Formats: sequence, structure tokens, C-alpha cells
Amino acid sequence: MRSSIRCSTGEHATGGVPGHAPVPTIAATAPMHITVKLFATLRRGRFDREILDCPGSTKVLDIVTRLAIPEKQAAIIFINSRHGGLDTELHEGDTLALFPPVGGG
Amino acid sequence: MDKILRIDMGAKGGPQVKVEGLGEYAGLGGRAMTSSVVFKEVPPLCHPLGAENKLVIAPGLLSGSSASMSGRISVGCKSPLTGGIKEANSGGQGAQVLARLGYAAVILEGKPEGDDLYKVFINRDGVKVEKDNSLKMLPNYDLVDKMKGVYGDKITCISIGPAGEMKLGAASVAITDIEGRPTRHAGRGGVGAVMGSKGVKVIVLDDTGLKNREPKDAEKFRAANKKFVEGLTTHAVTGQALPAYGTNVLTNIINEAGGYPSYNFKDGQFAGASKISGETFADIETKRGGNATHPCHRGCVIRCSGTYVDKDGHFVSKQPEYETVWAHGGDCGIDDPDAIAQIDFLDDNIGLDTIEMGATIGVAMQAGLVKFGDAAAAIGLIKEVGKGTPLGKILGSGAAVTGKVFGVEKVPVVKNQALPAYDPRAIQGIGVTYATSPMGADHTAGYAIATNILKNGGWVDPLKPEGQVELSRNLQIATAAIDSTGMCLFIAFAILDQPETNQALINLLNAFYGWNLTGDDVTALGKKVLKMERDFNAKAGFTKEQDRLPRFFTTEKVGPHNITFQVKDAELDSVFNW
Repeated sequence: MRSSIRCSTGEHATGGVPGHAPVPTIAATAPMHITVKLFATLRRGRFDREILDCPGSTKVLDIVTRLAIPEKQAAIIFINSRHGGLDTELHEGDTLALFPPVGGG
Repeated sequence: MDKILRIDMGAKGGPQVKVEGLGEYAGLGGRAMTSSVVFKEVPPLCHPLGAENKLVIAPGLLSGSSASMSGRISVGCKSPLTGGIKEANSGGQGAQVLARLGYAAVILEGKPEGDDLYKVFINRDGVKVEKDNSLKMLPNYDLVDKMKGVYGDKITCISIGPAGEMKLGAASVAITDIEGRPTRHAGRGGVGAVMGSKGVKVIVLDDTGLKNREPKDAEKFRAANKKFVEGLTTHAVTGQALPAYGTNVLTNIINEAGGYPSYNFKDGQFAGASKISGETFADIETKRGGNATHPCHRGCVIRCSGTYVDKDGHFVSKQPEYETVWAHGGDCGIDDPDAIAQIDFLDDNIGLDTIEMGATIGVAMQAGLVKFGDAAAAIGLIKEVGKGTPLGKILGSGAAVTGKVFGVEKVPVVKNQALPAYDPRAIQGIGVTYATSPMGADHTAGYAIATNILKNGGWVDPLKPEGQVELSRNLQIATAAIDSTGMCLFIAFAILDQPETNQALINLLNAFYGWNLTGDDVTALGKKVLKMERDFNAKAGFTKEQDRLPRFFTTEKVGPHNITFQVKDAELDSVFNW
């Protein structure tokens, strides 16, 4: 079920026929639920973990902007435990984890 | 720092003190010093607890100067845990004070007959070695209190707890911090057991009346230090994240990356991670009136340590490091910060390596000796070690011995030394370091986490084998050099990203010694150190077959990535081909 939603959303968000506006289907506009986890200093004035409703086509940068996180502060980005970038497209049910620059060991 | 102190603990008629010039060891510090002495003077086939082994304690090249971050001390020997060469590195006040006293190295040699215990006192007037059997089996905190009673509050102690006296494989050498507490440890490889075998319980240092070491070119040195400190304080990791949360800021990120070994390396994530994260520890410390930002030695501007207090505000331990929190936390299925802080104190007090002990208890839990997640039982096991019961001695001998005794297949060690807090299947670069470092499994020897996970100094995909050998090689070389300067390894976060901060470090060395080192010279130093260490190990009987991870990392997948360690043996064998 989840993968079919992901698939149709992705097609309409990134593709479509050149020269034509994306077809407004239910799948493309249906809000997605993205679990967003913030860590270290990014939590200050924000939250630790929330499920955000996002439009069908949402990139990491959209969420970072929405949360008023300076781009440089979103230094380490995980989507479902894999490294991603600000340009990475998100899909229904994804977990996005954002970290500022951190180190230790 | 123009002299070497040798104490022959096995001399006829009692310990004999000899102070000599630097000779062939001139221009060396820290790990370069300890590894050079061990390489040149210790027979590789000797028994680590025998008279032929030597314990070498060396401040770094810049220790005792006003260079920020220069308070790291190296403790070297042939390791009773790995059977190879060992350099264990620690913060605390030891490096600065020993360097101000003028010693580039203290070398404990020989072996006393009988079981008398000695203390060594070093101040500006000289060195005294005295028999003191009243110190026997004193834990580190009690020992330091006793020494303060004798020598005053301003001393620095380098000591062993009961674990070192019992010559256990997990025994550490403790170094006192700014408050004079024995919280910083040269933990790895059983260096405390070698100190115990020499019959030395404590080296008390008093630098009263002595000033910082003076650089050759004071003006250039000041300018370089200013630039260096600017680089550290403005870098986001060394200027913000480490001061605010300490090393344990890593719990959440390594867990999120799926590289957090839990339940003795069964899973790559731990459900209780957030309860023991750096964020949580910092909250607790702040709410209870502890301290979340604290330096381990004077002159540190990163201040990644802290003070952990109980609900009533009483001292429990220093802020446990990430590795400790992982080893005694997630690896054992424990998610109770108070319990972990209590174990941290017990380890420090008994004189044990927190990584080795946590991994060992994980193995004991795997064996069914106690249950995963049972914090009270884990505390009980550590206390067994302190008491020196037969079970305690088995556990205190480390994960490999414990695994053998209890018939456990899954024992996370390389060269008999326990793996630290990163699963090499989900973070393949660190697996290369674990497998190939001459030290045995050691994250600090080539901290691939920086580039695999933290995107520091670039990015190499942690889930793929490509690029990991080169990454680990370069980091191992750089680390061997940094470990020789006396600088805290955490400066690497800034110098990997900022060429001007790296140059400032080289300028510090040049201004201090009147040298003309280039970046290439520093790289050459790192290679030289590694080559000596590898050569020593080869003569001690190590072959490429020891440069391997335990088999289960290549046969058992770990979630959430469902992946095994992918770097091929032939690639591991190419790490030191430069």
C-alpha cells in the first residue's frame, strides 16, 4: 500500500509530460506524512519529533525552510537512516532526521 | 622537556632512578615517543607483564606550553591485552604538568621481586621512589585523596586502581583532571596492568614553582595559537556541538544512521537511545546543577566534558563519554543514565577501560550470565572486578577472555581488543580502522566516522566498501601525527575542514621548536610512527590474518540496513601501502 502511494506521487512530482502542467491527481496533491526528528541545537525553539503534513511533492529543503532552520545548520540529513541532501525528494511515511554539525568519539 | 626519567623497578637494592638527555629521542613527543621507545627497547617477544617490557609515559610535543588543547598524554608498552604495541592516550592534567617538570618521557623498566608497592613523587627538586604497601588495592579516588593528604591539593596523579594491581587486561592508567579527580584514563590495551607489573601504584606530580615551557619564537607562537583557537571556536563542531553536548552527542546520530551496536552487536539501532543521548545527559546535568561544559585539562577551549550529579546535586562521575555510554548502555541494552554514570565512576575508581568493560558485559549477557538490560546486574559484575573475585578477574581480562570462558561465538574484538561504539557493517570505514590499526580495534586510530557519518572532511558513503581503505589510511597517518603533538584529537574536526587551522597547528610546532615543518613532514611523521608500530607487531608474531574483523561481521547482516562488512581482505592488506 505504502509503496504504491510513493510510486504515483513520485511520478507526478518529478515527471509529467514536458510542456504540460502536472496532472492534478489525488495522489500528487494528497498530503504526505513525514516524521521529522530534530537533534542537538536544532531542537531549541522547535521540537524533538513531529509528524508533519506536507504537500505531495516535498523536498528536504522545503521542510528545512518551513522550520526556519538555516541551511548550513541542516548539516547532516538522514532519510530512513540513509544520508540525503537538501534536494532529496521525500515520500509518504519517510522519517527525516536533521542534525547540525556535530562530532565526538 | 629536555630529559628522560628512567626508573628501574627491578634494580638490586630497590628502584633506581636515572635522569638522562633525550639522545636519539630528541624531537619526539606523545605517541611518537612511546612507540619509538617500545620499538627500540622492548623485545617484541617479551611477556607484557615481564621485566623486559617497559611502560613509557610521554607528554606531547606542545604539552606544557601555552598552546591550547595540548594536554594529551601517551602511555605506551607492549599490551597484555593485544600482545602488540600499545599507545593509550588520555587528557587530564598529566601531560601539562609532566612537560613543565621537564620530562619528555617517564620510563618504568624492570620488575621488582616480591609484591611490594611503590609510589613515585616528582617535583622541581627531583624524583623520589618510596615503598608504600598501605596503598594496596586502594581505588583511584581514595588513592588520590590519600596522596593529596600527603603532598597537598595541587598535585596531579597518574595511577592504577585495583584492576592494575591485579594485572587485568582491561586495566587503565588514571590521570587526574582539573579538580584533581581521577576521571581521565589511558584506557585501552591494559596499560594499567603493565604499571601494576612494575609495582608502581601512583606517580605524583607537583609542578609548583614552574612556568609554562617557552617557545623559541614567542611572537610567532602567540600569533599561531590565536589563529588556532579562532579556528576551533568558530568551527561548528569544536565551537558549539562538543561544548554543549560533549562526545555523547553521537548517540542519536549513530543510532539514526543504523550504526549503533546494541545487544552485543545484534542490532544497529537501540530503542532506548534517546534516553541516554548527549541531549538527555546535558538536560539532566543542567537541571540537577551539574555542568555540561567543562574542560578536562587547563588550556582546552573545546570543553567537551562535564559533571554528572545525582538528584540531590552530589557528584556521581564526570560526564560519561559517548563510548562509555554506548558500551555500558546500548551494547548491554541499558537505557538508564544514572546507572551508566554510576558504572562510569566504578570503572574510573577500579581503574578499568570503559569500552572493554562494557563490551565484556555485553558478551557476558550474550552468554546468559545476566540479562540484557539489567543495570543492577551490570553494576554487580563491575563490583566483582573491583573485589577481585575469580569471576571479576575473568571479566576484567576483557571481552575475548570472557567470551572464551563462557563459550560465546559472537565476541566483538580485533587483536583481542573490544570494538568501540560503531558497527563496522553500517559504517564500513571504521571497520577498516578496527581491522588494521596496530592498536587492535580502536576508533580513535583512524576516525572514519567523521567522513562516513558526520560529513567532516568530505563524505564517503558508509554503506559501501569503496573509498574506505584510502579514508582509513589517511586518517591513521594524520592521527599518528596528531597523537604525537599532545593535541587533543578533536582538533581534527576543525583541521579537516579548515586548511588555515591545520597550518596554524604546524606554525605552532615550528614557532615552538624553531623548525620548518611542512604538511608533508607531518604526514611523514605519522607514517614513521605507524611503520614502527607495524614492524613491532610483525616481530611479535602478527600477520595479516590478525588484520581482520571477527567472522560474524562478514556472515551476519545487521539491521536496519541488512548489510555485512564488505571490504575485501586484499583491500585491508593494502591499507599500509603508501
